[in-house]
Amino acid sequence: MSEQVQDSQWPLWEVFLQPPKGEAHEHAGSVHAATAEQALQNARDVYSRRGEAVSIWVVPSGAITASTPEDMGPFFDPGNDKAYRHPQFYKAPRGVRVF
Amino acid sequence: MPEQSNSANTPAAAAEDPARLAEFEARIARGESIEPKDWMPERYRKQLIRMMSQHAHSEIVGMLPEGNWLTRAPSLRRKAGLLAKVQDEAGHGLYIYCGTETLGVDRQDLIQQLLNGTAKYSSIFNYPTLTWADIGCIGWFVDGAAIVNQTMLAHASYGPYARAMVRICKEENFHKRQGYEIMTTLAQGTPEQKAMAQEAVNRWWWPSLMMFGPSDKDSANSEELTRWGVKKKSNDDLRQRFVNLTVAQAKAIDLTLPDPDLVYNEATQNWDFGPIDWDEFWRVVRGDGPCNAERLAARNKAHDEGAWVRQAATAYAAKQQAAASEAA
Repeated sequence: MSEQVQDSQWPLWEVFLQPPKGEAHEHAGSVHAATAEQALQNARDVYSRRGEAVSIWVVPSGAITASTPEDMGPFFDPGNDKAYRHPQFYKAPRGVRVF
Repeated sequence: MPEQSNSANTPAAAAEDPARLAEFEARIARGESIEPKDWMPERYRKQLIRMMSQHAHSEIVGMLPEGNWLTRAPSLRRKAGLLAKVQDEAGHGLYIYCGTETLGVDRQDLIQQLLNGTAKYSSIFNYPTLTWADIGCIGWFVDGAAIVNQTMLAHASYGPYARAMVRICKEENFHKRQGYEIMTTLAQGTPEQKAMAQEAVNRWWWPSLMMFGPSDKDSANSEELTRWGVKKKSNDDLRQRFVNLTVAQAKAIDLTLPDPDLVYNEATQNWDFGPIDWDEFWRVVRGDGPCNAERLAARNKAHDEGAWVRQAATAYAAKQQAAASEAA
């Protein structure tokens, strides 16, 4: 029983996969592993059995700093009222193809 | 996975802050995805932990009936396919355990509940795999039923669960086709092979229909899970969809589904089917199925026999760390 208590709560690692076509790495899930190398191997076995990835990142879950849901309003708000960041804000003469 | 708990005495989420609860339910109504750090009612969290961990356990225990035939698969092609399928089931268990951990539980505790028999898993895996045709039947019926259920769950309101389902659904299609090909081959084989296929169908059909869980009027959890967008369809609707899909597949390979009441209903455009033996279902759920004890014993044995691997990996990690700090 003592073995079971301590046996598998290895650190948690977040797994990010890059799909084949040069896209950005995307979060896939997590794995438990004793070392970074083992985390990579586990991530490959669990999340990429069918060529889902050309590259894998594993990151200790505790090392990630994330925004919180409470931030939603104030943290992201400044972007919403700045229409001049979008192309539609600017006028072009009628009939001219700007793009 | 189907709802297996008959113990949930669903108290209303009365203790929750009504304003937050209203905002939460509004988010569900708008079809928003609930993410791990979002506020959620305790009941929602508890129900998800129960449902997702049962689902994960089912994937893990589901390896056992099939593992029984790995060394006896009739050809290398079949063996490679079955091995890959069993490996997928292990992966599916891990996807869902990892999703469940985002709700603030430890995988270790969940696994402990499975090993000590306090957790439930899908009752279908408490039936034995007596012949090779059972492996075909599991892929065709059991994975077929799982696809129907999980396609719905891919739209569940909890983001990590829904995303795990998307990943799983992609892989289950191979499982189902693998099983159906086995059945097709047997059904077109010698009279003995065809009889073996039919006999497996006879044994697996009704337990497969039970996989969707009790009728919604008898399902303690359904109402709450539906209100909170975890379930988008009723157990009965999913079961009907599975029956509708499977009838034509059975006909195509000339196997007979063991239900004399199975008849097409022009008015509803559904295949009506006979009554399900819910006494059997509850017997198996409560631990009295053909293989409940055997499955639990096999799972515990595998866990215990793997202890040295986990210890070795831990020791190796410690050694690596020591070497690294020495070098520094």
